[in-house]
Amino acid sequence: MNKDIIIIGGGVVGCAVARLLSRYDASIALLEGGSDVADGASKANSGIVHAGFDAKPGSLKAKLNVEGARMYPELCAEVDAPYGRPGAMVLAFNEEERPTIEKLYQQGIENGVPEIRIIEHDEILELEPSVNPDVVCALLVPTSGLTSPYELTCALADHAAVNGVEFMIETFVNKIERVEGGYKLDTTKGEMTARIVINCAGVNSAKLHNMLSDKELTIIPRKGEYYLLDHTKPLQFTMTMFQCPTKMGKGILVSPTVHGNLLLGPTATDVEDGTAVETTAEGLKWAADAARLTWPKENLRTVITTFAGIRAHESNGDFVIGAVDGNPGAYETVGVESPGLSAAPAIAEYLVDMIEKAEGLTRKAEWKPAPKREKPFYAMTLEERAELVKRDPLNGALVCRCEQVTEAEIRAAIRRPVGARTIDAVKRRTRAGMGRCQGGFCSPRVLEILAEELNLDPTEITKCGGKSNLLVGTIAEAAGKENA
Amino acid sequence: MNLSPELRSQVMYVDVLIVGAGPAGMAAAIAAREAGVDNLLVLEREQNMGGILRQCIHNGFGLHRFKEELTGPEYAQRDIDKVKELGIEVRTGTTVLSIDEDRFVTAISRDKGVQMFEAGAIILAMGCRERPRGALATPGTRCAGVYSAGTAQKFVNLEGYMPGKRCVILGSGDIGLIMARRMTLQGAKVLACVELMPYSSGLNRNIVQCLQDYDIPLYLSHTVIDIEGKERLSGVTVAQVDANRQPIPGTEKHFDCDTLLLSVGLIPENELTEMAHVEMSALTAGAIVDDSLQTSKEGIFACGNVLHVHDLVDFVSAESFKAGKAAAEYVQGKKRVGKYVNLKDGNGVRGVVPQKLLVPEGEAETVQIMFRPAGVYKNATVRVMDGDREVARLKKLIFTPGEMAELNLKPEVIKGLSGGDVTIQIEQ
Amino acid sequence: MEQQITCINCPVGCRMTVTVEDGKVTNVTGNTCKRGVAYAEQECVAPQRMVTAVITVADRKTPVSVKTRTPIPKVKIFECMKQLANTEVKAPVHMGDVVCANVCGTGVDVIATKTVE
Repeated sequence: MNKDIIIIGGGVVGCAVARLLSRYDASIALLEGGSDVADGASKANSGIVHAGFDAKPGSLKAKLNVEGARMYPELCAEVDAPYGRPGAMVLAFNEEERPTIEKLYQQGIENGVPEIRIIEHDEILELEPSVNPDVVCALLVPTSGLTSPYELTCALADHAAVNGVEFMIETFVNKIERVEGGYKLDTTKGEMTARIVINCAGVNSAKLHNMLSDKELTIIPRKGEYYLLDHTKPLQFTMTMFQCPTKMGKGILVSPTVHGNLLLGPTATDVEDGTAVETTAEGLKWAADAARLTWPKENLRTVITTFAGIRAHESNGDFVIGAVDGNPGAYETVGVESPGLSAAPAIAEYLVDMIEKAEGLTRKAEWKPAPKREKPFYAMTLEERAELVKRDPLNGALVCRCEQVTEAEIRAAIRRPVGARTIDAVKRRTRAGMGRCQGGFCSPRVLEILAEELNLDPTEITKCGGKSNLLVGTIAEAAGKENA
Repeated sequence: MNLSPELRSQVMYVDVLIVGAGPAGMAAAIAAREAGVDNLLVLEREQNMGGILRQCIHNGFGLHRFKEELTGPEYAQRDIDKVKELGIEVRTGTTVLSIDEDRFVTAISRDKGVQMFEAGAIILAMGCRERPRGALATPGTRCAGVYSAGTAQKFVNLEGYMPGKRCVILGSGDIGLIMARRMTLQGAKVLACVELMPYSSGLNRNIVQCLQDYDIPLYLSHTVIDIEGKERLSGVTVAQVDANRQPIPGTEKHFDCDTLLLSVGLIPENELTEMAHVEMSALTAGAIVDDSLQTSKEGIFACGNVLHVHDLVDFVSAESFKAGKAAAEYVQGKKRVGKYVNLKDGNGVRGVVPQKLLVPEGEAETVQIMFRPAGVYKNATVRVMDGDREVARLKKLIFTPGEMAELNLKPEVIKGLSGGDVTIQIEQ
Repeated sequence: MEQQITCINCPVGCRMTVTVEDGKVTNVTGNTCKRGVAYAEQECVAPQRMVTAVITVADRKTPVSVKTRTPIPKVKIFECMKQLANTEVKAPVHMGDVVCANVCGTGVDVIATKTVE
């Protein structure tokens, strides 16, 4: 396979880059090693669109964070991804932490974060009555936002796909080398060549960088473990509640998600294996204990799941974004850890501007708008639902009872431009299985629908690609059926 | 609810609306019809009536009610036949979306779209769901191969597929035990059944016939402390736990397996109940009801596993007949007059149902009270205390948390109550 | 010969020691009531179990549940399962229909426990 441009990595950055590049006259493929886009850091993070007070002034992180956060509302409206702006607080629980709050305030001002101010005990508790009453002061960040990182990534991918970008999943790049007129990639789906390659490989990005460049980069995979609690009304906390940051990151947060769940975490542990996303007894305990400082009446009875994600922390601490030194036509985004999600739209714009100029790309006459998503059933009024079922009776068949997901929505998720192929991919696009029963009731039906839509045997359907099949055979075979 | 005029014109009135056509909903419907309710409707989200019994293909159902041993589908069929014979309208494939305290109900289905009802009375019979892995916060990866036992049962018994070949079962609830045998009979290897508590919550008969018959070891006071495997499950680590249910270092055992089945508790499905602002019990995770199974909201009744998790379907049916009859009497305007007393959990008792008891002005009827023992008690006595005065007692060789205890309060006992709180307690 | 068994009649679950001589139970200890003796006499001499399973229905996606009409000897369980794995029925099947007569020569029929129209 030969393309003008190959993007490596289908996380939020890779998909944002693919989307912007799809405006140009070029043949483009995006290779994703996992079984779906948003399969790495983009599927398991806090989902917060940081306002930008945290990054060091003058750093690329700071610049792209503030810029990215500014782009979010419009971008999410355009590609039909969830976005909310509940605001955030960074809490100080004693006077010793006050200077940190003041420093963050100064940093925020320098970085150009709008509307921030320091508030005191009474105002904090008035805004967030569940906060530890020991709180002294806080940085109030009204522009702090929320998104659903995997839904956003899928939406960006869909927009790129309708404009001609080819998405290849389960296509892992083992090796990259410079050849005459471009690059040769050795992948799990065979050899591929391209004039331009863009490395957005997240936790694997340093490895690919080091195959091309002598200036070695090191990614230290940094694991974060979380608790996800069921959605409740009213919300326990309406804003994202940070504690004072530490050397390892922003510390434990307690935050609503854009879907009204409550999220606790993350821990920050450096690990060797960038795919090691298992939770640990110690990590979960630590997160629960640490979150209690923010939320002394912490109640984990409504926990619906725990999970871990990996951040691609580069040892120098800043984003590495741009051309790969000494390799014409090679570009990269390395070390995109938090606030990478917030910065992603700006990273893509910054990089694509650079590529356009350097490579002389020309825009297509037409750039199709992002495919519209039906408003989710769970968010509809009764009137809207009544109209919807009249249009398509499958909207009346509820498959996931916890999150109120219909059969029509599940089939639509499979038929999207970058459609779901696995149970987890359906879950990320529709929320089916994301509720309190965790797919106990709906997963058999989702599996059946996937098999029908993809024309596969039920035993071929996987949870998350590879050998993660849910079923191992028919019961008759298992019990000793002859000539099976 | 604020509705457009168009939707408003479609609202239907029903005397008694029943949510769920499992054993509870069917029994409630039969009782309501037999008590004279003509305008009766049952809503069921699945395509078939019968609820979870449809996948419980094993025998052991019906000994109390029918005096014979039936399989789940056979037990269900008897009620399905009766529902049909009585001409009760059941809308399957219909999911209830909301219930409010004014008994306004919305639902949706493929065939009929959005449906709205005003109900004279509502009977909640939604059953329960299984506690998932996520709620346990068991460390490890999120690979394929970890199922709640009921999900696995559905795959095997209703769809005809095997979810795995080498299994460990966490939790010794009855579904877990039944699935240990079921998987074994289908050619899978079941390596162990692991129970956090020092006793099993399953029936003795199931421990003998589902585990011992097939030499499957039962590890009491053990739990799974790690789940391994990148794509599909490759193994679990099991460790013994101390009195505080914390793993004891050095007691770890590793099992290579591709499947972990969870049978770690059932949770009443009360999302709709909560929408109607019905007062809930933290102990049963169900509604607080009086002896007619009426909740804190007038005209809303609850029965079966949505009220409290039962061991035997026979008792679900018995309870639901009562609810059906009570709902019928409610819509027929038969007022219950008297004074309420509270029934409270005392020592060794968890989750007494009903929580309120009417001491009627007229004649009283026998009231059955049910609860779960908080631990294992041998040669013990349950005492019903009206203040300091014992008004009823029940002596048994054994009380265990795995078996719901029940005892009857006779009419003369009820009439003689002082009006203060009544406490149920176990004494050894 | 002595055997240890757990009585299944009630939740007490008495651990009983049963002495079997010449295929007959001669002594039972550890039981609390006489139901234990009756259970031991059956269980230690000729243990029997009901078998329930599902079998394939031709041209249907979902199987039909079945049971042995009465218990069969415990030793025959796996043989019975294998025979059922190799049994296929055609719809319609009605609850109570014999789907496999005299399974494994036990003299017991396997019958459907639900109806597939």
